[in-house]
Amino acid sequence: MSILYAVLVLGALGALFGALLAFAGKIFHVEVDPKQAAVRECLAGANCGGCGYPGCDGYAAAVAKGEAPCNKCVASGPEAAARIAEIMGVAAGDTEKMVAFVPCSGCTGVAEPRFNYTGPEDCRAAMLFGGKSSKLCTFACIGMGNCAKACKFDAMHVVNGVAEVDRSKCVGCGACVDACPKDIVKLIPEKQKIMVGCRNQDKGGQVMKICQVGCIGCMKCQRECPADAIHVENNVASIDPEKCIQCGTCAAVCPRKIIRKLEP
Amino acid sequence: MSVTEYISIAIGAILINNFIFSQFLGCCPFLGCSSKVETASGMGLAVVFVMGLASAICYVVNEFILVPLGLAFLKTLAFILVIAALVQFVEMFLKKAVPSLYSALGIYLPLITTNCAVLGVVLLNVQNGYDFLGSVIYGITGGVGFLLAIVLFASVRERIRYAEYPECFEGFPICLVSAGLVALAFMGFSGMKIF
Repeated sequence: MSILYAVLVLGALGALFGALLAFAGKIFHVEVDPKQAAVRECLAGANCGGCGYPGCDGYAAAVAKGEAPCNKCVASGPEAAARIAEIMGVAAGDTEKMVAFVPCSGCTGVAEPRFNYTGPEDCRAAMLFGGKSSKLCTFACIGMGNCAKACKFDAMHVVNGVAEVDRSKCVGCGACVDACPKDIVKLIPEKQKIMVGCRNQDKGGQVMKICQVGCIGCMKCQRECPADAIHVENNVASIDPEKCIQCGTCAAVCPRKIIRKLEP
Repeated sequence: MSVTEYISIAIGAILINNFIFSQFLGCCPFLGCSSKVETASGMGLAVVFVMGLASAICYVVNEFILVPLGLAFLKTLAFILVIAALVQFVEMFLKKAVPSLYSALGIYLPLITTNCAVLGVVLLNVQNGYDFLGSVIYGITGGVGFLLAIVLFASVRERIRYAEYPECFEGFPICLVSAGLVALAFMGFSGMKIF
């Protein structure tokens, strides 16, 4: 008898609360902006946070309210920005596609190691043992792959002790930039095909001792550049993407072969 | 029950038998929702509201349904049912009436459902044999105690951000250490006798 009561009482309570909630659901129903759902449909859905909002839903809500521009989502690209602009009835504005780039070429066997690191596979852990690096070059990529772990698009991989970006997969969300404890990874415009694969600011002689490929600041590229786009600052060459005409002269004259030119 | 008894229930629930610091109930939202004073006070207010309502409804359910039918052994189950429905209701209500609080609470509002402080308060009501008013007072003041604890702790955590501590304590470790210290301070109230 007691079992019957138990079942009946709990069943009745459950049904009562269910009915009440269903009723309350009708009364307290909140209209969701249909625009928000439509905008959300256009987004990549990776929740990468590259737009600065908490996930794709947060960004969609901000766009629907008119608080955010339509072109903030780098992951879904300019086509999506155009579609969102169409939904919102405004002009999209140009989004320049950015990709991640690791300015270091010091792979295993090229950059001298500081010590033989056998600790956890984590750049921050490898930085704890003095010198802020497991390589003699304090500017070098440690290659424990914090950026690769942060990448949601499988575009970042550690090859031979240095992180490399797969441009065909990179969407430019910047997750790797945040993940890199040494602030090595940076975002550059995708149209930029020529990059300086070094960021060492030591003097040339010092670089020669610790890395076979580091920039020694010889100024050859700066002298040969027809567009005045490459300059040696702090003993390392850097390219101004605004001025660069992608001719590849600097890559050809570099004695250390660290200026890389991607084939189009 | 006399007025003095109600007052002693209230002060006891807020300070002496504080739900977090001396009964260790509701530690999950206490740690998870205390990084900012603003969200902490929102969470605390939601808990006050839910605990007060749950105490009232659970008293009625226990006294007029479970006990007469001899089903007192079902109280845990029935109370969970009541609390779950109540939290759902509060969530709907906040979404409609106070959207800013709703978005500030985020994931922690549904988590009140499984907040053991809420289930704890209704079970303790039965265990201590409080009447209707006593239950409601114990529920509300228990929630106020939670509010006090979480707001105090959130302010401590906001200060920790500017403090210097070993790097290996970064994040939750330092948070747990300081939670222990705040709890120690509350230990000073234990053993106090009212009236």
